[in-house]
Amino acid sequence: MAEDNFEPKIVAFLCNWCTYTGADLAGTSRLQYPPNVRIIRLMCSGSVDPTYVLKPLLDGADGVLIGGCHPGDCHYQSGNYKARRRIIALKEIAKHAGLDEERVWLRWVSASEGGRFAETVTAMTDFLKERGPNPMRRKWAV
Amino acid sequence: MESQPRIGVYICHCGVNIAATVDVEQVAEFAATLPGVVVSRDYLYMCSDPGQGLIQQDIEEQGLNRVVVASCSPRMHEPTFRGAAQQVGLNPYRLEMANIREQCSWVHADRERATEKAKELVASVVAKAALLEPLEEREVGVTPGAVVVGGGIAGMVAALDLADAGFPVYLVEKSDYLGGRVAELNRTFPTLESVAELLGPLVERVQSHSNITVLLNSQVTGVEGYVGNFEVQISDTQSSVSNVQSGAIIIATGYDVFDPHRKPELGYGQYPNVITSLEMEQRLAEGDLTLNGHAPKSVAFIQCVGSRDAQVGNEYCSRVCCMYTAKQSHQVRELLPEADVTVFYIDVRTFGKGAEEFYDEARAKGVRYRKGNISEIHRCKRSDRGNGSDRVVLVGEDTLLGQPIDFEADLVVLAVGMESRADVTDLSTLLKLPRSTDGFFLEIHPKLRPVDTAVDGVFLAGCCQGPKDIPDTVAQAKAAAASALIPLLRGVVPVISETAVVDSEMCAGCGMCVEVCPYGAPALDSLWNVSRINAVLCKGCGACAVTCPSKAIRLQHFTSEQILAQVDALVGD
Repeated sequence: MAEDNFEPKIVAFLCNWCTYTGADLAGTSRLQYPPNVRIIRLMCSGSVDPTYVLKPLLDGADGVLIGGCHPGDCHYQSGNYKARRRIIALKEIAKHAGLDEERVWLRWVSASEGGRFAETVTAMTDFLKERGPNPMRRKWAV
Repeated sequence: MESQPRIGVYICHCGVNIAATVDVEQVAEFAATLPGVVVSRDYLYMCSDPGQGLIQQDIEEQGLNRVVVASCSPRMHEPTFRGAAQQVGLNPYRLEMANIREQCSWVHADRERATEKAKELVASVVAKAALLEPLEEREVGVTPGAVVVGGGIAGMVAALDLADAGFPVYLVEKSDYLGGRVAELNRTFPTLESVAELLGPLVERVQSHSNITVLLNSQVTGVEGYVGNFEVQISDTQSSVSNVQSGAIIIATGYDVFDPHRKPELGYGQYPNVITSLEMEQRLAEGDLTLNGHAPKSVAFIQCVGSRDAQVGNEYCSRVCCMYTAKQSHQVRELLPEADVTVFYIDVRTFGKGAEEFYDEARAKGVRYRKGNISEIHRCKRSDRGNGSDRVVLVGEDTLLGQPIDFEADLVVLAVGMESRADVTDLSTLLKLPRSTDGFFLEIHPKLRPVDTAVDGVFLAGCCQGPKDIPDTVAQAKAAAASALIPLLRGVVPVISETAVVDSEMCAGCGMCVEVCPYGAPALDSLWNVSRINAVLCKGCGACAVTCPSKAIRLQHFTSEQILAQVDALVGD
């Protein structure tokens, strides 16, 4: 059950060309979304190493968001397809390792979709509030 | 071994853009406590000369070897701050930015939580900065030539400027003539200048210019390479394909005219006397407005057909319809002094030199303007008035008087707007050119970089970027040409330094990087059986670094150590 006043922490890895720029557009358009997301800028969603996803989850982040270009739009031709395959496999492995794979979201947000970025963060924050804190957070707490 | 990190952190107020939502002093105090930070300051505008001077002074006096600027998006001012660092001898890749404006102060209202978030973003970037390595800036040569896509007025003007500057230009036009949409017009507003006189000499100059190769019936079907060195594949209708080398590309593909069939209530296609403004241009050019041998007694214009209309998906203003309607109504008054000329409008927007004056003149000449939306046009059933069978009735609401409109007309002109071309999707995909939600190509910054795109070396001109009139189109075409001339005249362009590198000691020579790279940058060295990455071909996507099973490849400036340090700062309590 969700705790009262629980504010989830989301670590987001966004590709420079689409989703990071979309997040900037959300800013220039002054679209409001919950301040629960911490963005780390990467050049491509295809460069998201499995450790980038697993480490925050093991360290107690409540969610990990990977944002890339829509299929067909990757600045590097196929990085988002690589990300898609990798994240599917990773979520499967995470599940077997006892991690909550539902906390990992891969979403396509283009440079012109500021609204979609804001909606994604809002939806993910709501989802994680409902789901409650990452159990790993308590496991590590002394 | 590199000496210990000495990091300077600079928190920008951006006037009130950041400071109103984020407690910048508190963030600066917090940053001072982070590992490796020796100076932490906040300042009104870091990007101003004194702001940059502050950083430069600290680098020199305090011996900083890393700098973190927390301000706007790095997409905005990273080059500014990197340049400032470089001026005083700090390697520009030893500077990193925390985005606390677009991704924090502008999207949150809760000051406490926004401040908390800003602190964490700064901590995360400081953790990365401690691990930043200096990188070498590199340049490659530029192919002296350009490709201009679209032979309308924008494409022709841009091509001429490039050609006059001495560079060979391929002008690629899909149709079998030059001039584009402007060639379909009769006279221009507000001067009533003949289009033939405007366009004729321009087409003539383009066709006879020794530096311009005009390729009609042709389309771009492939693009490889990058700024300075594009390889553009051009195919014509005979399926013959040619590849041209080009240093820059200008996109000037124009627009589609809104198809009024999509508003069936207006009766276009159903009633022969309901025509589009482009068809009206044709009739005005012929100087004949008669219908079935009768001169129309009442001519009505309906504005904003397909513009400012969420129902058809076009919320924007097409920017030219008010003025061309004023022009056409003007011409009707001259051709048919006896006829009643009425314009139905939502708002009249007459910006531009001489435009408002021209609109006033049209009204002074007897053109009547009625504020109101026409919701329906149907055949006039009343036969007691002359020409009854041909007349149509315009139904709607006069929003000024608050009365219904029930207006009879012999000729109705629909002021159709502009739309992004349906056929530019291919080009958008080929070039990875983003488009805005209205479908037009997206400039990188609406105010400061209006002709640049997300793809370096590709520039926008004319209505492919959004609706505009001829003066604005020509101004943008000249701006695109001037921007394209920067790499062409310099002769070299910087290439990214953030490339992937192989640690040969770790490399097992499995070749997975070779398979995964879309650019053919890695190759196996047959003598040592290790991978080597060609830094000129590498675009820095990092696919190889993630794929490498031996972790022998690092993407510089985005190494896994640096990224995981960022993660640690965010979640490692």
